[in-house]
Amino acid sequence: MQYMLLIYGDPNRQSTEAEMQGYFDFTKVVRQRGAFISGEPLHPITSATSIRTAGGSRGLVTDGPFAETHEVLGGFYILECKDLDETIGYARMINAIDDSTVEIRPVMDFAMEKVTPGG
Amino acid sequence: MQALDAWKTRPPRNPAAWLVAAAKRRAIDRLRKGGARGRRMIPLDEALPLQDVPTSDDDMDEIPDERLKLIFTCCHPALPLEAQIALTLHTLGRLSTAEIARAFLVSPAAMAQRLARARSKIRDAGIPYRVPPADLMGERLTAVLAVLYLIFNEGYTATEGNRLVRADLCEEAIRLCRLIAARLPDDAPEVKGLLALMLLHHSRRSARVDSDGDLVTLEEQDRSLWDEALIEEGSALLHDALSRRAPGPYQIQAAISALHAEAASAEATDWAQIAALYGVLAEMTPSPIVEVNRAVAVAMAEGPRAGLRLLMRLHDALSDYYPFHAARADLLRRANEAEAAADAYDRAIRLCQNALERAHLERRRALLGG
Repeated sequence: MQYMLLIYGDPNRQSTEAEMQGYFDFTKVVRQRGAFISGEPLHPITSATSIRTAGGSRGLVTDGPFAETHEVLGGFYILECKDLDETIGYARMINAIDDSTVEIRPVMDFAMEKVTPGG
Repeated sequence: MQALDAWKTRPPRNPAAWLVAAAKRRAIDRLRKGGARGRRMIPLDEALPLQDVPTSDDDMDEIPDERLKLIFTCCHPALPLEAQIALTLHTLGRLSTAEIARAFLVSPAAMAQRLARARSKIRDAGIPYRVPPADLMGERLTAVLAVLYLIFNEGYTATEGNRLVRADLCEEAIRLCRLIAARLPDDAPEVKGLLALMLLHHSRRSARVDSDGDLVTLEEQDRSLWDEALIEEGSALLHDALSRRAPGPYQIQAAISALHAEAASAEATDWAQIAALYGVLAEMTPSPIVEVNRAVAVAMAEGPRAGLRLLMRLHDALSDYYPFHAARADLLRRANEAEAAADAYDRAIRLCQNALERAHLERRRALLGG
């Protein structure tokens, strides 16, 4: 299964050198194990733009994230894992780097749903 | 996805077998996926153990490993706690959805929905169907034991309603804990500790309610009604657990319960040791509720005023917790402070949700007059 790991952290905190190294090392580990599909850090939340529908108008462009939260999305990985426990193991490795909150979301696979026999 | 859709229209008759089958399908999906994409082939032996899917409860009993896997799947920490409880009872217990719904005061439809959501999460999130590996065993076992203890406690003092004890829930929790204690290969003394605790509590079930259906406190219980076989079994389990020299909260609580079980009367109870054990428990799992129990034990050992002094420190944390006011009322009564005791009973009565417990508090309150 593929899982997306969404990494949330404090937007006012700069990553330390050691934390950056932690992410490099983590990426190396998941690549070596063949779990890495993709993963990138994101520019700070101040660079975010949201498009939404409000007051009956579609496509409104606004500055900033879609919702106000004290923890903001700072990066993500998509990993191929055996099951949720393996993914939790990777998420704990990320959490240990810089105390980030990691949300695990299974990726829907429409191609697989079609060939899976029902029942 | 298709399995879920099928389930929506046609609920499985045997939920345990359904979970096994769902896990098996996932294993097959993984095999196919590995083949199709040439990435991370899943070894066959990993998928094969799921092939002999049991189809009835009798079959399940003969395949204890399957039941053990089911318990760990149902109590996976990625599921909300209430779903863990419902799923455990429904999948491994002998209660119907309607009975579980009644026990947790929700409608059968709401309970069915809770179960369906939990099942789809198990499948969609890829919660594994297995006994956890050694590196996860500690935390996962803690989660399983917590669920069993919650089920037992809900049965032991139904939080609401007219019945004090729901023996069916207690017995389910005991049965499942026995299963784990018997099948878990490594020595985990807390499993035996919890089983001992539940057996020792359950041994008093006939003495806790009198012939009119009214609550009888530990102090006033007819100890000849205590179930000696359960006490003996519980004490032996506790002894065995403690000999491993890895004490935990369940073993400590079982030790407290065993001291009650050994005593011929409330007066003859070793309250000093019980107070000391509550002190140990408070260090392991700090909680104001443990402190209330400790205060009561101290009061029994050293007199009501010593207990009241300890209770005073808990007032802010527990002003909405009826057992706090009930304990305070009882100690004030023993200290001959009738007026203050009456006030404390009134507060406890207002906060108490269980009709039998409330009736007991009202009888006590009435004895004070005022």
